[in-house]
Formats: sequence, structure tokens, C-alpha cells
Amino acid sequence: MILTGNPKLNIICGHYGSGKTNVAVNLALDLRKRAKDLHILAADLDIVNPYFRTADAAEILRKADVEPLIPEFANTNVDIPSLPPKMMGLMRGDYADAVSILDVGGDDGAVVLGMYGASIRKTGYDMYYIINMYRPLTADPEDVYLCMRDIEAVSGLTCTKIINNSSLGAETTAADIADSVEYARECSRRCGLPLVCHTYCPEYAPDTPDVFRERGFGEEPLFAIENVTKRLF
Amino acid sequence: MAKKVLMKGNEAIAEAAISAGCLHFFGYPITPQTEISEYMAKRMPKVGGLCLQAESEVAAINMLMGAAATGSRAMTSSSSPGIALKSEGISYIAGCDLPCLIVNVQRGGPGLGGIQPSQSDYYQATRGVGHGDLRLIVLAPSSVQEMASLTAEAFDLADIYRMPAMLLADGALGQMMEPVDFEAFPKRETPEKTWATNGMGGKRARNIVNSLYIDPNVLENTVLERYERYALLEENEVKYEEYMTDDADIVLVAFGITARICKSAIGELREAGLKVGLLRPITLWPFPKKILGELADKTKAFLSVEMSMGQMVDDVRLAVNGKKPVHFFGRTGGVIPSVEEVIAETKKLAETL
Repeated sequence: MILTGNPKLNIICGHYGSGKTNVAVNLALDLRKRAKDLHILAADLDIVNPYFRTADAAEILRKADVEPLIPEFANTNVDIPSLPPKMMGLMRGDYADAVSILDVGGDDGAVVLGMYGASIRKTGYDMYYIINMYRPLTADPEDVYLCMRDIEAVSGLTCTKIINNSSLGAETTAADIADSVEYARECSRRCGLPLVCHTYCPEYAPDTPDVFRERGFGEEPLFAIENVTKRLF
Repeated sequence: MAKKVLMKGNEAIAEAAISAGCLHFFGYPITPQTEISEYMAKRMPKVGGLCLQAESEVAAINMLMGAAATGSRAMTSSSSPGIALKSEGISYIAGCDLPCLIVNVQRGGPGLGGIQPSQSDYYQATRGVGHGDLRLIVLAPSSVQEMASLTAEAFDLADIYRMPAMLLADGALGQMMEPVDFEAFPKRETPEKTWATNGMGGKRARNIVNSLYIDPNVLENTVLERYERYALLEENEVKYEEYMTDDADIVLVAFGITARICKSAIGELREAGLKVGLLRPITLWPFPKKILGELADKTKAFLSVEMSMGQMVDDVRLAVNGKKPVHFFGRTGGVIPSVEEVIAETKKLAETL
């Protein structure tokens, strides 16, 4: 269990390609399983990635009774970083009973949060920082820390938790994920943030829990996620 | 860097260029290739290189000409409309015999078109980029791994044949993420750049890089010498991938991302009992003419599959030279053809054989 419903605003940020969208969608689906009657919103705030984003998973979300909040021009032929007016309402607490998951663009794409900063701070939030050891610019915990500070500087918000989403896409093995445990712990120490979980995709690495036990990581929290990234072909 | 890393195609181009010794990048942002500039901006200062965001595509291509003239490995990148802006500079670079890399991560056109992927700059890359008698080496990657390996290869080929090279990718390849192994690709021997305008340490007469020739006969001879190098390239550097062509009644011809779609389609078509194969040109210029001529003797028909209204199909027809029918299927405007559509088109063609 990762999201508890308190706080209501849950922001997902991280380096480009760290897997934010996949984690955001899976967090929403996971929360739905445990909270049948809760109003859950999944908001796509990505203004920097033209092709892969939460909007791609709109159908999956709707089917699970999660309300997607999507920019008008997502996945069209234009590059217009506009966000719907509903988004402002969400940030300032108009949906008082709803729990929302906010998928933010990579790196300084988090600048979009700046304009909502005061409302978000007033409403209260968690900001999950997604890390992936197999992304070359965040392979080193020091770079992970610097990237986090960049995100915090442009967003005016502070990260509160870390999720280790280390992955090589469809080629990820359980060993690859186990190899990232030390890295994730070091990132957690360097950033001064609690490490919430390591993700794994049962489709690609079903034996991850076994490999974790064998390596003595049996106590580490694992979060099974489904790959919802859009297939282009 | 870990042995395998997860990268976007655009990032793989940038990292591969740096690994290949490229120390100068001149760019101007345009979707869907801006990650190349962003990656360069982060990495170049750490390796003692330069990433410069120019005031326009035109400025960037002329900066590239200057950097290449000094013998340094240098590159620029853009997407379709941006490449059109660069075309004058590319002609000057070809006229000066300067090796460098130009990356085009294609999007839909004409005009501003759109930001979704396309292959409709095939004519531009292989025929129409810049005025005059000129060729570019044109390499077409089909995976994120090849975005890296062909970037490195493009720099080597450019140096060996002393001419500009283009990596012709598309927005899908630029944006999608796949694991990349940077230790997997080979390096080639490249000649010393005795022509570089580097001052020669004041020890010998200076070199001059120029594309203006007062006497038409001198210009003609310069072009003839250049075409001798083009002929060597055509002789020695043609690259392609053959997939299940041995017994194929129908050969699909596709490059880049479209070849991946065709491979998936072939898997299902073979299961349905149809003998279908794929020829994937990796060098679009020089085009794999010879192998297509040979395949024309064994197969019954060709189907060129492209994300355009049909451009490479002209080269397929020239290579097949009327021996067998050559058909075309494509989607355009930023639409990626689906595996199902390719299957349907191939089945339709099979019924006519």
C-alpha cells in the first residue's frame, strides 16, 4: 500500500524517462483496488513529452473508474503546453473528497507546478520522486540528488518520498532490480527521503520476490506494476 | 556507465556522438528531437565539449560548417522543417567536402505539419537537401540501439569519405525507450585530416576550405573527384538487413520504424502460410540496389511500406527495373501504420499473384 488517501494531492516527479507515467497510473489503479468508493483523479500535467504520457492510459483509467484529467492538446499534432481550467480547481481543493495523482513532466518540466505552488502547499501534498538506475543521467546517487534539487527549485515544492523504479523496459530481469537496491538506499540517504518501495513488472520479471529473498532483501517493500506505456507499433 | 542503459532514441544519438568524439553540437529546439539538445547541454560541459543553442537552424548549420572545417567532429540536429532551413548550409558543407553529422528526427509535413512521426523526408534526404550535384550519406536506424551505433558509424563514414552524413530517424524512434549497449558497436579507422583549417601550427602553408570556383573547368573537376568518392561509397558501404527473404513470394521493403512493424506483420503472415520477407535498407544513400535486383529474380512482387505518400518506392522501382511489380502502402501526416494494416495490404497483394 503506497497511497493512503492522506494527503489528497500526490505528485509524481522525476528525471525524464524514469517511469513516472507508469508509476502514476499504477498508483491510481492500486488505490482503486483498496478504496472502492473513493473519487480518484489522475491528472496529466506533462508539458514536455509529446508522445508518452498519462493521457495514453485514459481508457485503462476510465475502466477502473479513475477520472483522467487531460490537457486538450495531448497526443495531437501540435505542441501546445496548455492545461485545462479544472486543474486549478483541483490544486486549490475544489475536489475536497477526491484523491488525486498528478503526473508531472520530467526534470524541469516540473516548472508547471510553480503556478499552482501556493494552492498545493495550502492543500497539503506528497511528492514522490521516481528514480531509475538504468537511466544514464541518474545512474549516480549524486546526480539523483542534483536532479531532485532542480525539480524542487522549479516547482517550488519539496520531494517527500522516493520510489525505486529501476528498469530496462521489457528486458528487465529480477537480477537487474535486485542490483538496484543498494543504489536506491544510497539515493534515499543522499536525498534525505524515505524509500517507499521498489517496483517490478510481473510480466517481465515474475521471479523478483524470490530473487529478493535469495539476496537477503526479503524485507524490502515491493510494488508490482503493470506496463501501461503506449505501444507505438 | 552500466553495460546496458535505458534510453530514449534521441538521448542515444547524443551519447553515441559524445562517445564517438563529437565535441561540438549546434542546435535549435524543435519537437520531436529536442532531447538531443537537452542531453548535449547537460553532458557536453562535463566532457570539455560545447553545446550551443543557436539563434536559428540557419545559424546552427553555418556554425557546424565552421567547426567541421577545423577538423573537429561536430554535429547538428533538427526535425523536418528545421532541416529544410538548414539545406543551404548543407549544400555549402558538401561543396567544401566537410565531414559532419546532421540528424533529422522526422515529423509530419509539409509546412509546419505536425509533431507526430513521419518518413516523408526521404526525397529531401536522398535527393533534395541543398542545391547542386551532391550526395549525403543517409543512414536509417530502426531501434534505439541503432540510433547509437549508426550515429558512431555516420561520423566514421563522413571522415573516411570526407562528406556530410545524415541520420534519418523519426519521432517514434526519437521518443521511444529501449535498452542500449554502448560497448557493442565497432570503431573504424579514419584518415588524418590533413585538409583541416587549424593553422597548421604556422609550420606549413595554410589550408583553405571553400565552395566557390571561378573557373567552370576547375569546378567540374572538383565535382568529378567528389563523385569518384561517391562511387567508392556505393561500391563499399551499402548496408541492409534481409529477413526471411530466401523463399519469399512477396518482399516488403521498409526502413526505420516501419521495418519493425513489417517484421511483426511477417510473423503473423508466415503463420497464415504466406511466404513473405523483408528487405530493410539501412543506408538509404547509397541505396541497396544490387540486392533488390537479385531479389527481383527470385520473388514475385514487392511492397514498399512507408510513413509517407510513397517516396522510397521510386528507388525500389529503379532497382527492380521492371522485372517484378512494385506496390506501395503508406500512412502519412504523423500516423503510424498498424501491423494489421500491413497484413491486410500484403494479403490483398498475395491474392493477385
